[in-house]
Amino acid sequence: MKDKVFVTIDGNEAAAHVMYRMNEVCAIYPITPSSNMGEWADEWASKGIKNLWGNVPTVVEMQSEGGAAGAVHGSLQAGALTTTFTASQGLLLKIPNMFKIAGELTPTVFNISARTLATHALSIFGDHSDVMTARTTGFAMLCAGSVQEVMDMGIIAQASALESRLPFIHFFDGFRTSHEESKIELVPDEQIKQMIDDDLVMKHRQRALSPDHPVLRGTAQNPDVFFQNRETINPFYIAAPGIVQKVMDKYAKVAGRQYKLFDYVGTPDAEQVIVIMGSGGDTAHETIDYLLSKGEKVGLIKVRLYRPFDIQKFLEAIPATTKVIGVLDRTKEPGATGEPLYMDIINALHEGLSEGYGKLKTMPKVVGGRYGLSSKEFTPSMVKSVFENLKTQKPKNHFTIGINDDVTHTSLDFDPDFDIEPPDVIRALFYGLGSDGTVGANKNSIKIIGENTDHYAQGYYVYDSKKAGTLTASHLRFGPKPIRSAYLISKANFIACHQTVFIEKYDMLKDISNGGTFLLNAPWKKEDVWDNLPKMVQKHIIDKKVKLYSIDAQSVAESSGMGRRINTVMQVCFFAISGVLPREQAIDAIKDSIKKTYGKKGDEVVKMNLKAVDNTLDNLYEIQIPAQVSAKYDIREAVPEQSPEFVKDVLGEIIAGRGDNLPVSKFPVDGTFPTGTTQYEKRNIALQIPVWDESICIQCGKCPMVCPHASIRIKVFDPNELANAPGTFKAIDAKDKEFAGMKYTVQIAPEDCTGCGVCIEVCPVKNKTNTSLKALNLSPQIPLRDTETKNWDYFLRLPETDRNLLKVNTVRQQQIQQPLFEFSGACAGCGETPYVKLVSQLFGDRAVVANATGCSSIYGGNLPTTPWAKNNDGRGPAWSNSLFEDNAEFGLGYRVAIDKQKEIAEGLLIKLQDKLGVDFVNEIINAKQLNEPEILEQRKRVALLKEKLQKIDLYESRRLMTVVDYLVKKSVWIIGGDGWAYDIGYGGLDHVIASGKNVNILVLDTEVYSNTGGQTSKATPVSAVAKFSAGGKVTGKKDLGMMAMAYGSVYVAVVAMGAKDDQTLKAFLEAEAFDGPSIIIAYSHCIAHGIDMENPLNQQKMAVDSGQWILYRYNPELAKEGKNPLLLDSKAPKIPVAQYMDSENRFRMLKKSRPEVAKGLYEMAQEIADDRYKMYQYLADRKFDGEQQ
Amino acid sequence: MDITTKYLGMDLHSPLVVSASPISENLNNIKKLEDNGAGAVVIYSIFEEQIVSEQKDLYYYSSLGDISPEAQSFFPDQKEYRLGPDEYLNHIRKAKQSVKIPVIASINGSTTGGWINFAKKMQEAGADAIELNIYYIPTELGLSGTDVEQTYIEILKSVKSVVNIPVAVKLSPYFSNMANMAHQLDNAGADSLVLFNRFYQPDIDLENLIVTPNIQLSHTSSSRLPMRWIAILKGRIQADLAATSGIHSGTDAIKMLMAGANVTMLCSALLKNGIEYLKVIEKQMIDWLEQKEYDSIKQLIGSMSQLKNADPSSFERAQYMKALSKYKF
Repeated sequence: MKDKVFVTIDGNEAAAHVMYRMNEVCAIYPITPSSNMGEWADEWASKGIKNLWGNVPTVVEMQSEGGAAGAVHGSLQAGALTTTFTASQGLLLKIPNMFKIAGELTPTVFNISARTLATHALSIFGDHSDVMTARTTGFAMLCAGSVQEVMDMGIIAQASALESRLPFIHFFDGFRTSHEESKIELVPDEQIKQMIDDDLVMKHRQRALSPDHPVLRGTAQNPDVFFQNRETINPFYIAAPGIVQKVMDKYAKVAGRQYKLFDYVGTPDAEQVIVIMGSGGDTAHETIDYLLSKGEKVGLIKVRLYRPFDIQKFLEAIPATTKVIGVLDRTKEPGATGEPLYMDIINALHEGLSEGYGKLKTMPKVVGGRYGLSSKEFTPSMVKSVFENLKTQKPKNHFTIGINDDVTHTSLDFDPDFDIEPPDVIRALFYGLGSDGTVGANKNSIKIIGENTDHYAQGYYVYDSKKAGTLTASHLRFGPKPIRSAYLISKANFIACHQTVFIEKYDMLKDISNGGTFLLNAPWKKEDVWDNLPKMVQKHIIDKKVKLYSIDAQSVAESSGMGRRINTVMQVCFFAISGVLPREQAIDAIKDSIKKTYGKKGDEVVKMNLKAVDNTLDNLYEIQIPAQVSAKYDIREAVPEQSPEFVKDVLGEIIAGRGDNLPVSKFPVDGTFPTGTTQYEKRNIALQIPVWDESICIQCGKCPMVCPHASIRIKVFDPNELANAPGTFKAIDAKDKEFAGMKYTVQIAPEDCTGCGVCIEVCPVKNKTNTSLKALNLSPQIPLRDTETKNWDYFLRLPETDRNLLKVNTVRQQQIQQPLFEFSGACAGCGETPYVKLVSQLFGDRAVVANATGCSSIYGGNLPTTPWAKNNDGRGPAWSNSLFEDNAEFGLGYRVAIDKQKEIAEGLLIKLQDKLGVDFVNEIINAKQLNEPEILEQRKRVALLKEKLQKIDLYESRRLMTVVDYLVKKSVWIIGGDGWAYDIGYGGLDHVIASGKNVNILVLDTEVYSNTGGQTSKATPVSAVAKFSAGGKVTGKKDLGMMAMAYGSVYVAVVAMGAKDDQTLKAFLEAEAFDGPSIIIAYSHCIAHGIDMENPLNQQKMAVDSGQWILYRYNPELAKEGKNPLLLDSKAPKIPVAQYMDSENRFRMLKKSRPEVAKGLYEMAQEIADDRYKMYQYLADRKFDGEQQ
Repeated sequence: MDITTKYLGMDLHSPLVVSASPISENLNNIKKLEDNGAGAVVIYSIFEEQIVSEQKDLYYYSSLGDISPEAQSFFPDQKEYRLGPDEYLNHIRKAKQSVKIPVIASINGSTTGGWINFAKKMQEAGADAIELNIYYIPTELGLSGTDVEQTYIEILKSVKSVVNIPVAVKLSPYFSNMANMAHQLDNAGADSLVLFNRFYQPDIDLENLIVTPNIQLSHTSSSRLPMRWIAILKGRIQADLAATSGIHSGTDAIKMLMAGANVTMLCSALLKNGIEYLKVIEKQMIDWLEQKEYDSIKQLIGSMSQLKNADPSSFERAQYMKALSKYKF
């Protein structure tokens, strides 16, 4: 290893590294798990890093993947070496251009971190369903199975594309390869340069469109010639595999790693051979090495070049002795005669044998199977099981491996305890909290080991599906040989629990090997540690002779100035007790790494981290293990005993981390799930929860309004209800005159609260004798948990306050409405969810929601549970997510379907009016349903109608029953983020607001693509640093509200709940009341802004006070009355924009990294704010005919 | 008229020095100060908390992430960071390039933390001297006066140990025996004492029930306290003396110089009246000197100090009795 350069990076960085060097233009758009490739390119460009030819590539972000493909196509046509990165739905959007690019024989490489396509559900994880849909485009397809191969195949793809003139898809498994960190050999620039022939680059340039040598490309053709013309490309496809192999051979000479189109691994006299692509190939390789040592006659073909498929080379790769071939596809093609690779192999064998290619004399048996969908684990045990199937007399065909299919019985059994990992590989598992730095520390640890030893290292990170209190599991391997284990660790020598709270939730020691080491971060004294462990944990420790170490990392971190960031402390513990490196060497290496990593961020950060290193070892203790289990409690059940059956049997198992064991029969066939399920998932993630001081509460209703998780609520109720209240339940006399004689309570859901503290920020009251206290004050959760849980249960049993009593246009009363969006997995302090919850409170019992993909679809619809809930009548929002790009259209579809069914119902009512009574029918049809009481009246009429219909036995009456509920007004909400509304979905959004249809669009504007990690959108304000704008955004924010107002027929509101909650409430009510399209653009503070998430409302206030965010409502109804439709709700700016910007890291970061750029952009931000306010003021001040002059 | 003076071992063409304030945040202002006759300029203070918290904030907020597999981070890494201290140092460098008058860097802190090393970087950036502003309000009940004094001495010694340019100490008057404190600082190597720091006292916002910072500019009467102590200390310690607070006119400056100040520092007067007001003060000072037929500033420095005063007790307790007895209803 001495003269080679090794780096520890993930697959995305490996791909981006080589692509950046070999290209001049990158057209990008974020989509998981490929976003990082574009992020790297943008970051390197902003740092001025150059490509092979000494130029800084131009990186351009587009509005969608479709846009990126168009830009790539254009850039290629205009002669630049151009690349792009994407996955899944993004690849689908690129397909139309890909046909063109291939049809025009244009060399390029599309880098795909292959990801599941959304079907019955979205999944961000990896399989080949996306790339398989692109196999008809004419792109060549080259697959990499590991991080090293990504770097290698990227170079091979680019060199081959230039020579063959075919465009290439270079793909690798999403997450498993794209996000696996691995120690690999860096290919130096001079080697890459040797692979790229400048003459071929010149030829590419010469083919470019140029007015200096003009040509026409992109003609339209007729039946007479299209066909013949299409066949002209054949020689290029025939030549391509040979070119790729030639490039691979050259690469072997240059870089020392030899690849073939089809790489065979195994014994030359193999009888059973499997064929596979991607990271599964490495797992199979590892398993075959083991099986060969046991004398098995097995082999494996790793498919590298999938398109153009070289039949002869494939046949030549198969041993003559092969009897059975098993083809493994990481995709599903329902209704086909088999999955694509399987079909290709059958065809190749059939055709190849008839041509006499290769060594086979007769057609072997061929069976196909599916594995690894959506990153389902694919382990050596599964490989072994596949071989065992192949060995049977009649192997199961079209099998599945890795699941239990108890419906159509496709699955093969496998032994979950089969373990072939060699003893010299150290396997470590770390459980941490998303925000505690565990993942970062582990990434750092594998770099340290990679750089300081000859060991190979691998890191892979798994997250649960909640954004608040996320559980992260880091899987780290270290060993003397390259690591081919492309699967999670199932037997760990070392397990660390970085957060005490997890010890009572997860059975993490089930995966520890005998004699392993367990490191626990806990606030207990060393002599108390054992007694605090649950039974299951104690039992594992005793039974498996586990060594137990404990540290109070929080205290060490705090005393070192690190606050709650325990990453460095836990990292030191790992090195101190795992023995991966000699202790002294490890400590020195950590210190060096700290200096390297944090040096540029300042001496103080380095100093406190170094202090934490020094403080750690004195506080790390080995705990003596008693002989007997003595715990008084055990790991908690995932969901309460009394939960509904589906929740217990299915969702509860997923929550408990046992989802992999659920069989096919447990699942709905069409992706339909019950709502209202977050209530069963008691997460207990808050360290502190608010406590209500009823003696000073003014009953303003602000706390439930801003609560992101609906975990603080109000009810007004009859005093008689208090008779059976728990002793600690608090209630006071309701102050509002409408509630005379009634009681008022504010109750916290102690196990659902995230402890974000936003309710405390908003509370306007101060205790007169102690101004540090408010009407809500944080207090530790654990001592309150039991009593407050009883109070919460009691609160839930109190009847809901009669909605007809409430003045819904005042926050204090409207907030008594029951939220039908509760306990989501959004970040603690989320700025989006309060708006979503408001919709659910106001209109939830008659709302249907179309949700664009993004944060709101993840916290709204990511299994196991959903926050969308039902009221006591069983009514509540019905919710669905179609795609990212089509959400407005999807919601419009709801509207037209609802209107159509209402129209059908009214038609049938008229047909049945003789039976139902003409007056009754007219009453129903003419009901205005303008407000809640009127809607309630209509519900009563419809209930009566149903009763009547039951008694009429006619075709029309039965038909009417199916559509009768549409006679009650329905509210259509189209919800999504700014990435959707401003960028990818804007075309659709524009069309929908132009349609005149009665839909409500809620844009949760966080000013970045929050869900994918903070990439720039057109909503991002000038000067903000975001991904894809690493050097600061140089253009202003798109004024979406102004664009919508231009129609004149659209209700438009711009709101910021934290700045003016009553204006927000008015806007939501007016939007729903407006009989036409409405759009509300809602300022949503976000963790991606780099702000104090305990005081986020202050950011909203500053945004409004500075004029950066202007509040207004534009109501076309006013214009009809001759009034100015625009009401400006913002006062003139009173603080400079810079004051607001300086309070957020996204802006501050630019000042701290490029002060000279920031200076100009800050000035521009102020100018934009000034000009916009003037413009809005001018528009709002105009006098209309109906107004007094 | 010769109005030159010596301060921190440097020859100044005027005793009118501009103290640390927002005026010097802008390079053009610094040039303008020179053009209007400032003898030297103390650049705005960089605060210990600023150095520490800025780094911690950047570290904390930039490393937020790992909330989901899709959002493992939120901010792109930057090639370099020019943190407050770096900007400050750059400012010093640029100031040195643009003016000929001495440029004094100011650092404000109250502990012996790592920020002390920053003083060395100020020297490397070209600062002619350092003004060490020890802004410290001890509130711990168990902390004795001696401990507090020791902290001052340690901070000074730490800074002195890393630089070889002169170090002035700006401090408050709140010591049991100011003279002894001055003596201790003198012994610990202070090249000048800047008397006194004005502590801005917070106010209560009755509307929002919060404590708010409250900045009030000085007025002429604020000069009496430093004047007394400068007069008492002049000639009794080695360190130079700089007067700050309440110098709003030429005669205010003359009084301070007579009490014993080597230089007089201006801030509120310029914030109120603009940089050009420096010229006015200088003219008032020169007019007075000419009228009274002085040859130079040096002649009058310390001429009214306690050591040279006909009635030394006038700066002590006796003066208090006189003042009261003069007051008649």
